[in-house]
Amino acid sequence: MFTPVMFASILPEILILALAVILLCVEPFWKADQRRNAGWLTAGGLFAAIIVSLLFGQPGEPAAVFGNMIRFDWLGFFFKILFMFAAAVTALLLMDHEKVGQRGEAYLLLLASLLGMNLMAVSADLIMLYLAIETASIPLYILAGFLLADDRSTEAGFKYLLFGTLASTVMLYGFSLIFGFAGTTNIYQLAEMFVGGDISALLAFGVFALVIVGLGFKLAIVPFQFWAPDVYQGSPTPIAGFLSTASKAAGFAVAVRFFIVAFPSFAPSWTLIFAALAAITMTVGNLLAISQTNIKRLLAYSSIAHAGYALIGVVAFSQLGAASVVFYLAAYIATNLLAFGVVMAFSRVAGSDEITDYAGMSRRNPWLALMMLAAFLSLAGMPPFGGFVAKVFVFAAGVKANYTWLVIVGILNSIIGVYYYLNTMKYVYLYRMPNEDEENRPVSLTRPYAIALAILTIGVILVGTVFAPWFSWSDAAALNLF
Amino acid sequence: MNFPILSIITFLPMVAAVIMLMIPANRKTEVRGVALATATVDLLLSGWVYLQYLLGHLTGYQFVEQYDWLPALGISLKFGVDGMSAPLVLLTGIVMFTGVLISWGEYDEAHHLSAGIQDRPREFFAFLFLLAGGVFGVFVSLDLFMLFFFYEIAVFPMYLLIAIWGWVKTREYAAMKLTLYLFIGSVVSLVGALVMYWTQYQNTGILSFDMIQMESAGFSASFQYIWFLPVFIGFAVLGGMWPFHNWSPDGHVAAPTAVSMFHAGVLMKLGAFAALRVGVMLLPEGAKQWSWLIMAFAGIAVVYGAYIAFVQTDMKYMIGFSSVSHMGLVVLGVSTLNHNGLVGAGVQMFSHGVMTALFFAITGMIYDRSHTRQIPELGGIAKVMPFATIGFIIGGLVSMGMPGFSGFVAEFPIFMGVWGRQWMLAVVASISIIITAAYIMMNIRKVFFSPMPEEIQKHHIGDITMLDKIAIATLCFFMIIIGMFPSVMVPMVERGVENILRLLGGA
Repeated sequence: MFTPVMFASILPEILILALAVILLCVEPFWKADQRRNAGWLTAGGLFAAIIVSLLFGQPGEPAAVFGNMIRFDWLGFFFKILFMFAAAVTALLLMDHEKVGQRGEAYLLLLASLLGMNLMAVSADLIMLYLAIETASIPLYILAGFLLADDRSTEAGFKYLLFGTLASTVMLYGFSLIFGFAGTTNIYQLAEMFVGGDISALLAFGVFALVIVGLGFKLAIVPFQFWAPDVYQGSPTPIAGFLSTASKAAGFAVAVRFFIVAFPSFAPSWTLIFAALAAITMTVGNLLAISQTNIKRLLAYSSIAHAGYALIGVVAFSQLGAASVVFYLAAYIATNLLAFGVVMAFSRVAGSDEITDYAGMSRRNPWLALMMLAAFLSLAGMPPFGGFVAKVFVFAAGVKANYTWLVIVGILNSIIGVYYYLNTMKYVYLYRMPNEDEENRPVSLTRPYAIALAILTIGVILVGTVFAPWFSWSDAAALNLF
Repeated sequence: MNFPILSIITFLPMVAAVIMLMIPANRKTEVRGVALATATVDLLLSGWVYLQYLLGHLTGYQFVEQYDWLPALGISLKFGVDGMSAPLVLLTGIVMFTGVLISWGEYDEAHHLSAGIQDRPREFFAFLFLLAGGVFGVFVSLDLFMLFFFYEIAVFPMYLLIAIWGWVKTREYAAMKLTLYLFIGSVVSLVGALVMYWTQYQNTGILSFDMIQMESAGFSASFQYIWFLPVFIGFAVLGGMWPFHNWSPDGHVAAPTAVSMFHAGVLMKLGAFAALRVGVMLLPEGAKQWSWLIMAFAGIAVVYGAYIAFVQTDMKYMIGFSSVSHMGLVVLGVSTLNHNGLVGAGVQMFSHGVMTALFFAITGMIYDRSHTRQIPELGGIAKVMPFATIGFIIGGLVSMGMPGFSGFVAEFPIFMGVWGRQWMLAVVASISIIITAAYIMMNIRKVFFSPMPEEIQKHHIGDITMLDKIAIATLCFFMIIIGMFPSVMVPMVERGVENILRLLGGA
């Protein structure tokens, strides 16, 4: 029985799969110098898929489909749109990557990973969830190590693989324990099983710990963050951007659904765990970011810290909290992709990711410098960019939930953030190149970069100024959880 | 629906900033033209708002505009001015206009003069106007969320403006110090604001950031007692309140001239104004309980700032610390919580803004031509720059609180107000007037009227440009007119103060 609702619930995935098949059929017939067009195809196809999904795939009342494997609701839908957007932009950014852009399989792997993430956002069953996570992860292991001639990239791929498999194995163990206690793998039935309270708090704590290991790896929260800086630094820059945004957001989509829906009765204990993790994550991420000299490592630590801020919304355990997490991730995805996009565009010309090599950038390309400013100020949480509103919402949710201490930790951390983000911008705007003649060499942007960065910049400003529509969608997404 | 004049005043500079960024980088004249045109329009509009309020004998919040921005959380874009904020809107218009004039930065072949902004004027004016838009936004916002939104917009361009175009020796240090101080202050206040927001929700069931709404949120006395200090001091950091004033003189000195004018002239008012509007008006009980502490801090700032200004040898540091002293008077006036003190504080914010902008403008002009700001190294400026000299003397008279100038109109009520609360503090604080007179007059004698040292003669100092003169004349005009005819400002501020006193329970 294949009902229209079932069709609508996986419409984005059907479109992605179709796109992947088209890509697979077309790409071998292109000449080597045309292969780059696969990026246009992927990005264009994904934007089309977003539009089609928005038109025909909107969820109504939350529904369980495919034998309760998939939950068709606004939470999943909103995340799917975010992931597809992130993947489309990543495809554009990949196009002019010297060693990756010409390879059709990179785009294919990106789409495969996207498929997994989309399913992560809607999984209502532990088995489905585990499969989705693996589908999302395995292509990313390959993409991280895509630059075979580059030792760092190989290291990144291998490291990511080892940590990733370890974390997912631990999580799988946690899942199997849950099944053992509850007798069901369905997330929505778990809540009812545990309401009776015949599971001891200690046991629940152990299970949470196991699951948090797996999710914590995806979210790159402390103490599961070790892989992030090395992997980001080694992987191709657009892939690092994708890892730090969509992959992380997918982790949050799971965390929000899994913990809020399945374990409301244990909320006091897991919110406390998350509060502690959030505080440590923010602090460690920001403190380690200060001393970084490589911009990709700096962004890696900064994205660790941002996972900490977003966790405040999960800790709040309220509709506002969940909405603020979703909103935060939307703003963060646009912002961080913009930051990585600028890094990619600049390193293509400058051939370096060292922060000192950003000296004189505003003279070489004022527009690129402005976009970088927008991205970094948004990360620092300054208006009129998305980061400010997102932070205020998360903090507001934290204060409402009486986690004022956590909000104060968050605020102290954003001060550290302001320090190192502005310090980086100092190179861009203030310092001169050692040889000032070199400043006359412009940093030119190819068309895919110009398009991708312009979309992202406008997005970052729109999220930060006209925030009502984004918030009402986030709110609609959160509504389904409670 | 009325003509949305306050929105236009606020968003026009931001739109102009975007337009300027669209202009190719080498078309510097066009950039400056757009900047000047925008600043002129904004000055005229803010002047119009001011005159309407004054001549119409309006009271309460006027020109109110409201657009629902995020109804789910009670955030709305709500603008309006009252007797306290209308003069500050005008002040921002004045400083913006004169700031553009003195930053014009046309290279003068005849005198080998490179005054104003030569390097990347496009980015300079764009950031400056973004800042100006933020400042306008804070003064007109009646919504607490939007107030923070604009407040942060007014803070971060400061970093870039100082770090990029500032004085080479200290700019990086000063810019970072300033940004961190202000950011810490603002986020501390933000936590307070969020707590107020949810407490209001608990008390009344209304989910709103509207500040007029919050005035009747029924915060308990103990709540106000806890949260008044974080909120008030968080904002007052930007007002240069002792002991959190340290960023301010460093920032003044490192900043390029127009930014110093903005910084001392307008930004510090932003802090004092927000502290008054959010701290005192929304948490009046807290204000009453803590006013002794604020008063003590302000009293120290007034005397200490004046004394430190007295011993400076760098003109910009001197003016920077004199700003700490004069802003101390503003906070002192606020802390009295009585009619006289608050009226004086309101007028002082305007008067000091214009005066200190004038000081920084003239110091910048002297520095551009003589390449030094050290008072002992300067001399004989009066012969080559007579117009600037007159301007500086007028500013000096305002600074000393001489009758006939705006400084007197402002400071006299403040001291009356303080006398009403604690006469001993009034006596102590008035020492600052003597110290101020001393350093201003010594400075005028040495810099302007002593013989010109040979070092300086080498630079063949020429007179200031026409644009500089227009800027000086504009600033002097406002100081004199308020001094001569206090009725152009005082009644208006009094109407604003009545509202504050009503919230304070007719204290």
